[in-house]
Amino acid sequence: MGKPTGFMDAGRQTPERRPVLERTEDYQELYVPWLDVQAQEQGSRCMDCAVPFCHMGCPLGNVIPEFNHQVYLGNWEQALEVLLATNNFPEFTGRVCPAPCEASCVLSINGDPVTIEYIEKQIAERGFAEGWIKPEPPEARTGKRVAVVGSGPAGLAAAQQLNRAGHSVTVFERADRIGGILALGIPDFKLDKQVVRRRIDLLAAEGVTFKTGVDVGVSYPVEMLLADFDAVCLTCGSTQARDLPVPGRELGGIHLAMEYLTQQNRILDGEELDPSERITAEGKRVVILGGGDTGADCLGTALRQGANVVFQYELLPEPPVERQPHNPWPQWPAVLRLSPAHEEGGVRGYNVLTKAFMGSNGTVERLHAVRVQWDQPSNNGRPGMREVADSDFIVETDLVLLAMGFLHPQHDGMLAQIGVKLDGRGNVKTDGNKMTSVPGVFAGGDAARGQSLVVWAIAEGREAARGVDSYLMGKSNLPRS
Amino acid sequence: MNPFKELARQGLYSPEQEHDSCGVGVVANIRGEKSHQIIGESLQVLVNLGHRGAAGCDPETGDGAGILIQMPHRFFRAEGSRLGIDLPADGDYGVGMVFLPPQPESQEKCRGLVERVIEQEGLEFLGWREVPVDPSKLGRDSRRVCPSIWQVFIGPGSRIDGRDQLERKLYVVRKVIEHGAEDWGLTDEEADYFYICSLSCNTIVYKGLLLAHQILGFYRDLADETLVSAFGLVHSRFSTNTLGHWKLAHPYRYLAHNGEINTLRGNLNWMHAREAQFQSTLFGEDMRKIPPIMTAGASDTASIDNALELLLMTGRDLDHAMLMLIPEAWEQHTTMIQEKKDFFEYHSCLMEPWDGPAMIVSSNGRSICALLDRNGFRPFRYTITKDDKLVMSSETGVLNIPPSQIKEKGRLQPGRMFLVNLEEGRIIGDEELKHKLASRQPYGQWLNDYKVALDDLPEPAGLAAASSPGAGANSDGRSDLRQQKQAFGYTMEELRMLTAPMARHGAEAVGSMGNDTPLAVLSDQNQLLFNYFKQFFAQVTNPPLDAIREELVTSLQSFIGCDQNLFEETAKHCHQLQLMSPIISDRDLQKIRKVNVGEVRSITLSSLFDALHGPNSLKSALDRLRAEASRAIRDGYSIIILSDRGVDRQHAPIPSLLATAAVHHHLIREGTRTKVGLVVESGEPREVHHFSLLIGYGAGAVNPYLALATVREMAAAEELNGTKPDYAEKNYIKANQKGVLKVMSKMGISTVRSYRGAQIFEAIGLNQELVDEYFSWTPSRIQGIGLDAVEEEVLQRHRSAFESQHPSSQRELMTGGFYQWRRHGEFHQWNPEVIAKLQDATRSNNWETYKEFASLVNDQSQKMATLRGLLELKKTQAAVPLEEVEPASEIVKRFATGAVSLGSISRESHETIAIAMNRMGARSNTGEGGEDFHRYTPDANGDSRSSAMKQVASGRFGVTANYLVNATDLQIKMAQGSKPGEGGQLSGNKIDEYIGWVRRTTPGVELISPPPHHDIYSIEDLAQLIHDLKNINPEARIHVKLVAEVGVGTVAAGVAKGHADVVLISGHDGGTGNSPESSIKHAGLPWELGIAETQQVLVANGLRGRIVVQADGQLKTGRDTVIAALLGAEEFGYATAPLIVNGCIMLRKCHLGTCMVGIATQDPELRKRFTGQPEYLVSYFNFVAEEMREIMAELGFRTVNEMVGRADLLDAREAVYHWKAKGVDLARLLYRQQPRSPDEAAHCCEEQDHGLDRALDHQLIELAEPALNNKERVKIELPICNANRTVGAMLSGKVAKRYGEEGLPPETIRINFTGSAGQSFCAFLAKGIDVHLEGDTNDYLGKGMTGGRIVVCAPSDASFVPEENILIGNVVLYGATGGQVYIRGLAGERFCVRNSGVHAIVEGVGDHACEYMTGGVVVVLGRTGRNFAAGMSGGIAFVNDEDGDFEIRFNPGLADLEPVTDPEDVATLKRMIEEHLKLTGSGPARRILANWDEALPRFKKVMPRDYRRVLDEARAKGKTELQATHHG
Repeated sequence: MGKPTGFMDAGRQTPERRPVLERTEDYQELYVPWLDVQAQEQGSRCMDCAVPFCHMGCPLGNVIPEFNHQVYLGNWEQALEVLLATNNFPEFTGRVCPAPCEASCVLSINGDPVTIEYIEKQIAERGFAEGWIKPEPPEARTGKRVAVVGSGPAGLAAAQQLNRAGHSVTVFERADRIGGILALGIPDFKLDKQVVRRRIDLLAAEGVTFKTGVDVGVSYPVEMLLADFDAVCLTCGSTQARDLPVPGRELGGIHLAMEYLTQQNRILDGEELDPSERITAEGKRVVILGGGDTGADCLGTALRQGANVVFQYELLPEPPVERQPHNPWPQWPAVLRLSPAHEEGGVRGYNVLTKAFMGSNGTVERLHAVRVQWDQPSNNGRPGMREVADSDFIVETDLVLLAMGFLHPQHDGMLAQIGVKLDGRGNVKTDGNKMTSVPGVFAGGDAARGQSLVVWAIAEGREAARGVDSYLMGKSNLPRS
Repeated sequence: MNPFKELARQGLYSPEQEHDSCGVGVVANIRGEKSHQIIGESLQVLVNLGHRGAAGCDPETGDGAGILIQMPHRFFRAEGSRLGIDLPADGDYGVGMVFLPPQPESQEKCRGLVERVIEQEGLEFLGWREVPVDPSKLGRDSRRVCPSIWQVFIGPGSRIDGRDQLERKLYVVRKVIEHGAEDWGLTDEEADYFYICSLSCNTIVYKGLLLAHQILGFYRDLADETLVSAFGLVHSRFSTNTLGHWKLAHPYRYLAHNGEINTLRGNLNWMHAREAQFQSTLFGEDMRKIPPIMTAGASDTASIDNALELLLMTGRDLDHAMLMLIPEAWEQHTTMIQEKKDFFEYHSCLMEPWDGPAMIVSSNGRSICALLDRNGFRPFRYTITKDDKLVMSSETGVLNIPPSQIKEKGRLQPGRMFLVNLEEGRIIGDEELKHKLASRQPYGQWLNDYKVALDDLPEPAGLAAASSPGAGANSDGRSDLRQQKQAFGYTMEELRMLTAPMARHGAEAVGSMGNDTPLAVLSDQNQLLFNYFKQFFAQVTNPPLDAIREELVTSLQSFIGCDQNLFEETAKHCHQLQLMSPIISDRDLQKIRKVNVGEVRSITLSSLFDALHGPNSLKSALDRLRAEASRAIRDGYSIIILSDRGVDRQHAPIPSLLATAAVHHHLIREGTRTKVGLVVESGEPREVHHFSLLIGYGAGAVNPYLALATVREMAAAEELNGTKPDYAEKNYIKANQKGVLKVMSKMGISTVRSYRGAQIFEAIGLNQELVDEYFSWTPSRIQGIGLDAVEEEVLQRHRSAFESQHPSSQRELMTGGFYQWRRHGEFHQWNPEVIAKLQDATRSNNWETYKEFASLVNDQSQKMATLRGLLELKKTQAAVPLEEVEPASEIVKRFATGAVSLGSISRESHETIAIAMNRMGARSNTGEGGEDFHRYTPDANGDSRSSAMKQVASGRFGVTANYLVNATDLQIKMAQGSKPGEGGQLSGNKIDEYIGWVRRTTPGVELISPPPHHDIYSIEDLAQLIHDLKNINPEARIHVKLVAEVGVGTVAAGVAKGHADVVLISGHDGGTGNSPESSIKHAGLPWELGIAETQQVLVANGLRGRIVVQADGQLKTGRDTVIAALLGAEEFGYATAPLIVNGCIMLRKCHLGTCMVGIATQDPELRKRFTGQPEYLVSYFNFVAEEMREIMAELGFRTVNEMVGRADLLDAREAVYHWKAKGVDLARLLYRQQPRSPDEAAHCCEEQDHGLDRALDHQLIELAEPALNNKERVKIELPICNANRTVGAMLSGKVAKRYGEEGLPPETIRINFTGSAGQSFCAFLAKGIDVHLEGDTNDYLGKGMTGGRIVVCAPSDASFVPEENILIGNVVLYGATGGQVYIRGLAGERFCVRNSGVHAIVEGVGDHACEYMTGGVVVVLGRTGRNFAAGMSGGIAFVNDEDGDFEIRFNPGLADLEPVTDPEDVATLKRMIEEHLKLTGSGPARRILANWDEALPRFKKVMPRDYRRVLDEARAKGKTELQATHHG
């Protein structure tokens, strides 16, 4: 299978990104489309490992060697079949996944992994272009009604699986549009909203009912939800952001990342916004607190909005460039990652602890920070943090974005009213079938797992759907993830 | 009294698995003149063959010896009158030689039975004579079971007319006595003793549990001068087990046998099936009294003796009967004359061959018939003297005959026979015999008139309509095919990995690394019934075959239809359907379906069952099918097609194997099986293992309609690299045919006719009820599922096809995951988590991480991947403090790494392992690729890269004297876990110049290791190789590597008796660099079964104390290792785990050489990526030992030795809740065999006696002192005889040890011998030794010769013409790497097999010369046998083709024939012939040189194509000579 010497014959090539100066002028996706032959050559690098660690590394269990093989042969339709068997939305994961599969690709032991993610996107886009991806309504309906609360990737995956199993699915979304983080959180330059819409239209065509603006527990009583449906699947995400309770937090110009990103996505979608609510980086000195993906999204957005200068600070130390011995393959490599936004600009600082915000007129003007040092962890302990004496510094800023992650789902309202039990970290507690402590109520995605990746959300949604299906039918023919 | 009975009941031992082999001899006066001298000389021959027999734990108890002679009338007359018995004239009375129980009252009972039957049958009881014996001559164990031995005299009574009728009646009497033993009320023990050695008016057999030299003293009769015979047929036995039986000694009533019948189970079944049809005018009503023909539970030899007897008694001549049982290879014989072919073809309708290595001598008292089977694996030499004496035996030189008395010296060739007709007083040769037999009847005419050949049948019409697999044809053809595939459980993986390669290339797919998935019965995945069966394979007791290189002996053709009465010959006997292959296309099946020629008519029976009917519908369908089959036979159909076409929502298929075996066994029981042929039309079979099983359980032909449709579909969808549908189908059928042939040849079986119904499989995970009903006599030792679970698995598949699925949530077919790990596929022990943890633990030397790894592996309560996963450790003894347990540094010395050759892995990884193991005082293993001698010198830092254990495998790559002496352990690889019964292969892409140099082979050319060791065709041959290796390196322990299968314990006992120091039992799951996928998956058993059986049998034999038992096969952790010890091992091997420690990530691409971590590759770029370190391995092994220590402390053991064999501390897990595994019963596995007495051990505690003190080499070494010490020239003159074995090896060892690779200068030690040299003469001869022999030699001359020179000439006073007589034996210069050899006479079979450097000249050779040769030069001055140069990939041969017909005996597979014109070639050839003339005075050499210009054009040069390519390349690179020949 595949080309045994492919990995020796060709090096890793990823699609080109548009030039920085060009792409920061717009919000279009930043990759130049690939030619199929380029993807085929990259597919030939797959070694068809008998123990495909990528297949383990992928939360969805994508059978990566098999689609690589088909791509290498140019059998795109077969490749798509392989891919869709495990992945509901390869057009999303092909764009926004950090690709744990590539981190665990065997080639990355001593070289560059197969460009799995880009191949995945290529397969998906070819599938849409050729019309191979089309609505697949079930042959027969079971007569069972299932509610899915939350329309992020987990909810959409659960809805698609359940609908295909023949259940009648209604997706409730409290926002005014479907898609959750896909629609509102992730910037367009990473995930074009047309791509999201295309999928939602397909789902609707398959027979999934979408209800937006329905805030369960507020505008729609949970009693009704539980009465109206044979089963409920909670995929409401991990929406409670981590805040920074330091002096001056109440000042204006300090925002949670999600507020900021969401607003930009709405504007791009043509929404008219009250100028007073507008958060923009244009002409500003921006500080982003948090060094993760959301922080990078803020960075890319701020640069596009025309920020003067952007600082991004991270509390933790700068990761090493290469794997450390205690972090061997195929573990997720704790190494320095450069997102495309980082090549567009910005200044990054590590080991930075914010002590206070300062400003005048209720508006932030400065950030007071200190450098910290992390001690080597003693026996299994956590590393200890120390402030470095006399390392205080001040940064002038007029926009601060807090991108420090999310704690757990929102507890009050729906969850409290349904009465599901929570786990130690405040997420919804589920059993092996993804059922919560309330019979017939299931949960998946970040709501159950805690903040994580889109690919995990899809996997969770699939698992939850399988749990719901088993619950309703006594057994399930839906595949496991 | 006999521990084996108990063991057979409770343990893993099965008596059917006993094997024996031996030496056979005959001395005869051809003119038929009787004398006592002949008997004396026969016994002398027996003694001189003594080394081919064996003794058990009691050195004075042999495995058996005996003699068959003509009825000594004069002697009995005298004895009779002494006893008051009045005997009639010679030939008018019968004498029975009878073993009776020792207790007088039991004797009375048995004698009563004998007398009663004699009277009953109308003969006259004349009296008893107690045979005078001297028990003091017996060994202790033999005496303990010694019967009381009597002769009974029987008169003809009134109704007998003539000698032949009397003989037949005596046969009836004996059968009635045998059958009557139970009714007569004999106890088991009495019945065990009671045995009739012979009962005849023509011959008598004296035999017993004796050593060869004891027989004369024991049986006083044999010393009596009045005891005379015209011949004596003698036999000395080597049995695998110790507690032998008196009755198992040969000769049997008509024959003595050297070899083994592999197809025995099938032969017995077929014979049983025929019995109901027997009718003989010679017997009339008596016929009813004879069946069962075959004595239940008898050995293979006893059984073929039974069959021969039947054919003789019912009127066939001795030679005719023998040829029916063991026909020559006629099917692919291009030059055999038609009448002979007709004879064999006709008889192939009557009876299947008894297949397996066989050298059989039989006699009815009036003639002696000697016959060698088609493969000719057993040696048989004969000498005829001028005074008409014939001496023939397994060896030459067994009787001292002055050379001037010798008229002729010869050997029996493969497939040939000869007959000594004592009445005519002459020897009748093969040609005349077969002509006589072939012209008995118009066989050719009969075939012409009555045979129905499939190929000649008319093409069926309307095939297209019939080729749609499903019955309920959907409108959408494709989805219909999909449902069919789902219903039969096809997976994406098998289509991709097995089916597609077969359809593309016409060959089975190969893979690498081992099998790490669970047994079918432990698997969570849906399993086909096929997967519950494991293939048997030959190891030690008989050789596997090479169906590719020795294709000419194989055959796939057969007849199916209605058999006629075996005792007659009519035209109708061949009125059957002839098939050229057992795997047939849809078109062929249609022809069979439509056939209607005379009585050749077929009927199709449905093998479907009602899927919706609820439980037990499978059972009722089987009952229905059986009843329908019976009815079809009554209705006169001669072919039954079992068809599962028509699977739909309602109908599920009966597993094809179950349907086939159920009908087959039903018809056997009913006595109608031979009236009908079975054809299987099924969607299920699709890989080699499936076809093999169907044929093995009785199918005459298989039509895999769904697999064929799938292949065509794949081709049409352009998934086969452009192979068109028709070709794809042909390729696919061809690949499976070749595969079936390979499976057969693994067991040493040549023809599908004898494989059919031979059931050469072990069931694993099926319960006894299921096996007894449908797979009768198949071993199934751990029990498991029954028919209900079989049904459930079919229904699971059925549901997956016909229950509603969700589009695009499911792919077309299941993913699979049996070959490659998949998340929801089959469980793999080496899964990503386990691999990653092990690498992390050993690289960081982190004990905690190791423990995590170990618990991942050990905690298999959820995933019961292995049998050991089902076991729990019982803490019934008091724990001991950890610090009292022996230290890890001691335990690791018991560890070895697996035999992974340099070549299959890179130099870096091979040397890393060696360094690590040497640092710990443990052992690494070279594998079968030789070793670079530079590694014998330690590195500057003190590390040694020399592997402590050197392997000697069938390829003998790089096995030189220097290699052998630089080892502490020498391992003979009999089999390999991943592909037992097969040879190795190393792809050409992995043989670079260095690897080629180390192996003495041609770089870039794929290397083949022969399936058998060509010097081990049986157990006594193995003992010989052990002896050879011990001679060259007396300090080394000699290991024998076996693979677990049923009966491995018995083989291990034989190995212990062959004086091996260590026996390694490998599991079936071991790694490989290149194996057919079906072998990786379907052959061999887990080591748990093998080790347990080995321990039980060795202890029961009292042999355990003198041999170390080693276990390997996916051992990973301390717990694994402890379990191996508790089951009986004291040393342990690891192979895959160390590779993983060094970076292997189970890519399973070893066979492609693209290993991206630099292990299984020779690509210089990839090798740079190797990151392994000795330290990692040291960490790993220390961790394993530490984990063992923790467990040992808990179990209460301070040393490993205490643990060995303590199976009582293991328990089967109680919490087995798996729906299939809950039926598994491990009681037999856990049976603890206690030593027979306190002085016997359960672990190794003493050394083997290798008998080296008797070696002639001690004298040689003493006489060669000046040469060994100071390189002074010495000259030695000594006589030699056949009992002097392996002469020259020990001396060579001294030379190599002292002078290394370089050896001594030419001719430093000159030795002149006179006489008949024993086996392995000049084995491993070192450089500087020059040996001249005047006389002749036995087999294996110059085995492994490294340098020096051997010259063999006939004695100067010999009266025969040397170039017409056989001078040296078979398998000469096997694996030799250098030196020169001059033979003034003829050689036997397989001259220069695997030669890689010797320059040899000989005056004629037998079949298969230069097989697998990779280097050196061979000159043949005379005629060659067939199949010259098969598998020859290097070196050159020059053949003097005087008759101009060499081409037809030449195998053009790898080499070309060309004239000798190159000046360099001409010079080499001439120089060698001149040297030959000078050294031997050869007549042919003189004649050739005298007419050189005329002679030269007659020579043909045999040039391997690849060899020429490499030579050309080397020349282009400016090298004058190939490196490989440099080092030769």
